[in-house]
Amino acid sequence: MTQKNIALVGNPNSGKTTLFNRLTGANHYVGNWAGVTVEKKEGFTTFKGERLHIIDLPGKYSLSAYSLEEKIARDYILEEKPDVIINLVPAANLERNLYLTLQLIEMELPVILAVNMIDELEQKGLKIDFEALEEALGIRVMPISSAKNQGIEALLEAVLDFEPYPEYRVFTYSGVVEEALGRLGDEPRWQRVKMLEKDLEIPTDHPARDYLLEETVVKDRYEIINRLLERVIYREKSYRSPSDAIDKVLLDKYLGLPIFGLVMALVFYMTFSIGNVFVDILDGFFSVTLSGGVEALFTDLGVSPWLKDLVSDGIIGGVGGVLTFLPNIAILFIFISLLEDSGYMGRAAYLMDKWMQKVGLNGKFFIPMLLGFGCNVPAIMSTRTLENPKDRLVAILINPFMSCGARFPVYVLFASVFFPGYEFLIVLSLYLLGIVVAVLVAYLFRKTILRGEESFLVLEIPDYRVPQLRNLVLHVWERVKDYLVKAGTVIFAASIILWFMLNYNFTGAVALVDSFGAMVGKAIAPVFALSGFGNWQSALSLLSGIFAKEIVVSNTAIIYGLGDASSLRDLGGALSMNFTPLSAYAFLVFVLLYTPCVAVIGVIKRETNSWFWMFFSLFYQLVIAFTLSAAVYQIGSLFLG
Amino acid sequence: MALVEVKQGIKVVLNHIEYGASLKRKLQDMGLTPGVEFTVISKTSYGPLIIELRGTRVALGRGIAEKIDVSIA
Repeated sequence: MTQKNIALVGNPNSGKTTLFNRLTGANHYVGNWAGVTVEKKEGFTTFKGERLHIIDLPGKYSLSAYSLEEKIARDYILEEKPDVIINLVPAANLERNLYLTLQLIEMELPVILAVNMIDELEQKGLKIDFEALEEALGIRVMPISSAKNQGIEALLEAVLDFEPYPEYRVFTYSGVVEEALGRLGDEPRWQRVKMLEKDLEIPTDHPARDYLLEETVVKDRYEIINRLLERVIYREKSYRSPSDAIDKVLLDKYLGLPIFGLVMALVFYMTFSIGNVFVDILDGFFSVTLSGGVEALFTDLGVSPWLKDLVSDGIIGGVGGVLTFLPNIAILFIFISLLEDSGYMGRAAYLMDKWMQKVGLNGKFFIPMLLGFGCNVPAIMSTRTLENPKDRLVAILINPFMSCGARFPVYVLFASVFFPGYEFLIVLSLYLLGIVVAVLVAYLFRKTILRGEESFLVLEIPDYRVPQLRNLVLHVWERVKDYLVKAGTVIFAASIILWFMLNYNFTGAVALVDSFGAMVGKAIAPVFALSGFGNWQSALSLLSGIFAKEIVVSNTAIIYGLGDASSLRDLGGALSMNFTPLSAYAFLVFVLLYTPCVAVIGVIKRETNSWFWMFFSLFYQLVIAFTLSAAVYQIGSLFLG
Repeated sequence: MALVEVKQGIKVVLNHIEYGASLKRKLQDMGLTPGVEFTVISKTSYGPLIIELRGTRVALGRGIAEKIDVSIA
């Protein structure tokens, strides 16, 4: 079967992700461009029997060599020569978006212009003469709305039927530029233009070196667009975006930040309260219905007692203990996805900018931090939007302090036992502590090992949008799937191993306290004595928690489940033997701050491309975790006696 | 005058950007070219501001706004 290579390019906020999802569904994968950590997103779709390979190019506003992402996009287009390039532009903002289009046409590429969000034109009082646009640009123009699924078939049709353009429009620059272009060598016109922009390597002794026209070329290009749009777009009535009215409140000098704080508190409160309704139901299901059912079944079948225990205490206890919190995780991801898709995330960056600047960062750093509340792996990958390598390194190193969804079950479990009635406050305090530590550490790095030029916020702020259900479901499902896979693999395996470690030692089956697991725990427990939880159970849980932070919960469930606790909600008595409320809190502080899980360690290695920074992050986080948890316990003991 | 000094709601015209090549280029590609008119639509005290430029909103950090020279339009 033949396959067509289709490249997708467009500015941020042009609806590229929605179109990509619309075209490929879940049938896509994300990787890296060769040798660099810039995300490469590819997918497939079949249309009228033809297979289309769709690649989402990272370019943004231009195709200059000044930014790594844009250079990658440019190189891909020039070297891989995709069959068709779909250039996506939002209908209501042609001016800024056609800047990229003009460059694509200038380079004589097989480009089709997809004008997106046409459903919003009427409301915005705009009318586009698509024929005139097609005429002015000399390329196919397809009106679509990827959110409303309009014009997508016609677009794919146009892609399939695409015939290379016999000739391209030549856009005339101002007199000085044209004169200079005439004097340069016989390279293709677009290369001469790029040379004048100082955006292409210019051979030594080439006359292009003598010109200082970079600014004029860029300015002219915008003027060409404005002249062209006079014949294409008509304003039929005046329009103020409701986003501006909303921003009057949400970005208010005084109200903006408190509102943002409230929004975040609400997100955590909903995650906590709605999720906990399910926690009780699921806990009952796993610990009574399923566990009891399996035991009864195994007894009937005459399965040997050890296997019965392995399945009911080890596997159902361990994996179930983690799955119980799946609804919380899903709710958290729904909210994070809503914050992203609604357009509020960029505004949060704006609101935080002033404060981030005080510690030597800028507001854009805050976006990966917020994403870290979900999972640190995609959050660390999202630091790729920070241009400066030192900025990025700081952002990567502090991200694990942002408390991810996997740590949440641990907090809930301990808070419900030791701080009944105040669970939410305890959980919130840990989230806040994480942010404070992250910011202070960033400040410290900025002043010492990662000193660098100050960087400032440059960020496009989109219109607010009603999030697309389709995008939301896809996004949340990806995360939930990850969680389920983790429960079915890492946590499943860890539960079995741990069950054996807790029931056996080299001599065979033994009591819990003599088990291999207890031996390992006892060996390292003393290092936690200063922090108030120098018991072997915690030591073992924390050690195995490095594989996945949820394992701290499954371990706790298994260890104490082997005693008499029959369900998570029932652990109170057993846990109180080893913890006081104070040492429990110190334990949670440690869980918040210590070495991230293996998945995060892996992504730190990959994204920094350095063993040094990976080990550095392991080590310094351990130091901070020990210091702060000991401080909490020791100082707390002074006050509480 | 520097862009940081401009009050919310005021329309200005860009004179020039006093910045190194890479960031300046990015700002230009986003439409901040000499002679372009734009409006400061949101401002925080001692913090960043948002401008409306060529039909889009762009947030600019204070450090950048200090280096953008404009005149009241």
